[in-house]
Amino acid sequence: MRETTHLVHKYLRSSKRFPHIWCAGCGIGIFMQSLIRVIDQKEYSKDDVVLISGIGCSGRLPVYVDFNTLHTTHGRALTFATGIKLAKPRLKVIAIMGDGDAIAIGGNHFIHAARRNVEIASFVINNQVYGMTGGQCSPTTPDGTITASSPYGNLEPDFNICRLAEAAGATFVGRATVYHTRLLEQLIGKAFEKKGFAMVEVVSQCVTYPGRTFGPDPAVAMMKWQRDNSITVAQASKLSEAERQGKIEIGILVDKERPTYHEEYQKLLRKKPKV
Amino acid sequence: MAGCCFYAGYPITPATEIMEIMARDLPRAGGIFIQMEDEIASLGAVIGASLAGAKSMTATSGPGFSLMQEHIGFACMAEVPCVIADIMRAGPSTGLPTQASQSDVMQARWGTHGDHPIIALAPSSVYECLELTVQAFNLSERYRTPIILLIDEAVAHMREGIVLPSPGDIEIEERPHPTVPPEWYIPYADPGTGVPPMSAFGDGYRYHVTGLYHDVRGYPTIRADEVEPLIHRLFSKISRDFDHLQWFDSYYTEDARITVIAYGCVSRAALRAIKEAREKGLKVGLIKLKVIWPFMHCTIAKILENSPKVLVPEINFGQISREVKRVNQGKCEVATLNKVDGTILTPPEILRKLEEMYS
Repeated sequence: MRETTHLVHKYLRSSKRFPHIWCAGCGIGIFMQSLIRVIDQKEYSKDDVVLISGIGCSGRLPVYVDFNTLHTTHGRALTFATGIKLAKPRLKVIAIMGDGDAIAIGGNHFIHAARRNVEIASFVINNQVYGMTGGQCSPTTPDGTITASSPYGNLEPDFNICRLAEAAGATFVGRATVYHTRLLEQLIGKAFEKKGFAMVEVVSQCVTYPGRTFGPDPAVAMMKWQRDNSITVAQASKLSEAERQGKIEIGILVDKERPTYHEEYQKLLRKKPKV
Repeated sequence: MAGCCFYAGYPITPATEIMEIMARDLPRAGGIFIQMEDEIASLGAVIGASLAGAKSMTATSGPGFSLMQEHIGFACMAEVPCVIADIMRAGPSTGLPTQASQSDVMQARWGTHGDHPIIALAPSSVYECLELTVQAFNLSERYRTPIILLIDEAVAHMREGIVLPSPGDIEIEERPHPTVPPEWYIPYADPGTGVPPMSAFGDGYRYHVTGLYHDVRGYPTIRADEVEPLIHRLFSKISRDFDHLQWFDSYYTEDARITVIAYGCVSRAALRAIKEAREKGLKVGLIKLKVIWPFMHCTIAKILENSPKVLVPEINFGQISREVKRVNQGKCEVATLNKVDGTILTPPEILRKLEEMYS
């Protein structure tokens, strides 16, 4: 409790008009707490941290915390992050996105940021729904799900965000749920340390829309569901494709080294142009 | 020369050369060049770099300019200085990628959604491209707003000899910086000029930047008493300095019975036509606009009072001519001369129109 009070006073903006906009039971607050805890452990100067978000429920996160914060346009957080990191490489650049934000409207920016390997620690809070607009299906909504925009069941298969990031070249890819906060904090820490583009998928719950089908206490039910349906990367490796269906594979999926855009740019300065 | 040290862009005809030159020269000048995945990303990176303290720009043409509208609005709302060069080709859609046009004039004004102020400059020569690009950076820093350089393809690809000014002769402006300690800094409070001091990310002044309506601290708001002052300030920070944005050149206007109002490559053809007309004894003059937006209605209104007839030639369906007619309110005869076939207006075409109007 004392630790929490200390973190609240140190990192939450006292000048901001609380309460926050998230529904009771939302997972974004859990992620925010983990994020703050890791930043505190790493002893980063608040002046050197830039928190950038897109649009949606997750997009509102930066306003509550006392860093350099930027709430951008829908899907474009990584483009702003790229500009900031290249213009001032000493800053710790953190991008926070939602699933629709990062993978639908921002899908192009997402893959290119991973390919380009600018040093950005990025987090995709995946609640499998467009929450702020009222519960429409997103690119991570499972096939067949009934949502506000798929009243007959979602016709499209869902994206695997981590595999997308891996295929696009991300040097660190991890997944945790907001139930597994210790793992989540480990992954956040590793993403911060990574010299390159790091992406952590944070599986979360939207208690207001999909949660309606989870009974009278959706937050607890949905987090229990996260607990019961998660398997570690090591466990998953022993299972067949069919057995992995419907499971959340948590842990570190990719951790590799590759020169960052900034390092390559420094090398370029020693060359002569060829055209 | 203007102090630009960050460029993000995406290839598009007929603006690509700007990007290629930046790719070659900016790294050697200590700046950052990056090719992004599209024009939305380009302007996003430019705004990000500007928030980190770098003077930044991008360049594009019609279709890319359409994609950039989202972030032009963001830069207006969050008050982030940046420069966008739009090399105008004919549209709509993919249109005529290699042909000159002036058809983005209204898109520059109203392209992004919502009420917002905008400044757009239109050079008509190689020297003016240099002069107005420097001014674009200065204005963007002074007013913390995106500035659009509207350059038609003919001017953009023009080659002509110029004498470069020595660097000391060019005045370079910087954005207003906070002078108070961080704990006193209120990022969007009006200091009296309408333009709040701007701190770069990482300089110790932690604050929030958003495209939402925000209070003076930058936090989102829907309170009417906070929303209205913000939008009023965004407009008034530019309109209160309106007198400083009356940039135009006039030629033979004192006794003109017909005044031509033109900009970009058309103003060059018009000047030639007017000189020939004068040789024939026709009393005609030219106003060459350098600032397109905000429209110089006071200056134009005076011209309309003194000149019985006005001609607005453009290589579009008539965009600035609408503004002239709006200011005119029926005071004098406003004629248009529009060409929309992908070619530029020539001096004989303008001269013919002037002779027709004169008789």
